[in-house]
Amino acid sequence: MTLVRRIVPCLDTDGARVVKGVNFTGLRDAGDPAELAARYNAEGADELIVLDIAASRDRRPTFLETIRRVAAELAIPLTAGGGIRTLEDARAVVRAGADKITVNTAAVEQPELISQLSEEFGAQAVVLAIDVKREIGNWDVRIRGGRDSAHLDALLWAQQGVALGAGEILLTSVDRDGTQSGFDVALTFAISRSVSVPVIASGGAKLPDHFLEIFRDGAADAALAASVFHDNTQSIRSLKQFLAQRGVPVRFPC
Amino acid sequence: MTVTLIDHGAGNVASVERALTRIGAASVRASSPQPIANAEILLLPGVGHFAALIRALDEKSLRQPLLEAVNRGVPFLGICLGLQALFESSDEAPDLAGLGVLQGRVSALPQTVKLPHMGWNTIRALRPSRLLRDVPADSYFYFAHSFAAPAAAGPATATCEHGAEFAAIIERGNIFATQFHPEKSGDAGALLLRNFVSLAA
Repeated sequence: MTLVRRIVPCLDTDGARVVKGVNFTGLRDAGDPAELAARYNAEGADELIVLDIAASRDRRPTFLETIRRVAAELAIPLTAGGGIRTLEDARAVVRAGADKITVNTAAVEQPELISQLSEEFGAQAVVLAIDVKREIGNWDVRIRGGRDSAHLDALLWAQQGVALGAGEILLTSVDRDGTQSGFDVALTFAISRSVSVPVIASGGAKLPDHFLEIFRDGAADAALAASVFHDNTQSIRSLKQFLAQRGVPVRFPC
Repeated sequence: MTVTLIDHGAGNVASVERALTRIGAASVRASSPQPIANAEILLLPGVGHFAALIRALDEKSLRQPLLEAVNRGVPFLGICLGLQALFESSDEAPDLAGLGVLQGRVSALPQTVKLPHMGWNTIRALRPSRLLRDVPADSYFYFAHSFAAPAAAGPATATCEHGAEFAAIIERGNIFATQFHPEKSGDAGALLLRNFVSLAA
């Protein structure tokens, strides 16, 4: 029995539609979230993440409706996030159909939010998203969509987040995000080895070799990608075949 | 036949509801004693902390009707924490009494592996299982837990391993339980749920 490595497509949305863009600029439409969710569910995605990257208060009802529509298409776990600042925000997202909640900036600003979420929903439902930029001598945690420094060391923040009750780390390399030059293997390996919980690697995926590398050398438990799946550059099924042939344990839907 | 979903406020009821809808099974939520006492089929979903589930059941006075229904032979399926709740106690909340339908204690998985045990794993069938009828032997199921029931628990029909072997499926008479989430386990999970519902029909 082996716990398989997970392939996790991510839907970045403006609340209603899946959008695509680098560093939150030049966003363009990449499809309907429910339609993409249904496709990934059928293709063998192991989980799905849906994010509200606009995260504006007045569009919240729209995003909750998006979660409901996406959840209805899935027979796999769904993680939702973007703009979750309070326990009540999280409850709304869970009621709409998310199995896990991901928090990022709000967790840095009020770390006790992690504990509150963990107590209410269980550690397995709390995904701490950490955006990291490589600086000289350390890995700097970034907040507000990667724009600002949190003045925290990524290794220490990851460990603190787990101690507070996070059950999983969603680790994004700000340097690699959008570059399609591969995951940050050294960063992922360092974080994965320093925490007791699973780590989802994110940022930079394009080629099947990038996924092989992050599982084989980066100690990632799961790997996330968005645009390579959305525009069909890479099918999930053929990616898993590639990985299986090279000895990475993956799941094929029956 | 309608599946009564025990809605204690600490479960993923909506996920289970959607999964039942997908397989064409009718379901109704129940959060008070009477509908649980009168149920034809009972399902106890649960995620989170053992204490939260047990306290919620007791605060809503659901323990007694649940036990009475199980004792009179109503088909029962516990999922994840709903499996663990069947035991006498759990290391996650040592002072609280579980439902005590099954003997034994739920304990933490060893810290030699990453916890929670999160993701897709295969299971090992120990003996014939009614829940696994027609389910391919190499099927994957979705797990998300840090505590587990002992593999040696008498009624386990299948086990899984993550740091240690533990009970993945329990079947005894009208009592069924899975440590994994069939409602999140793709086609294999849907088949298992269909087996459960049809057993009750």
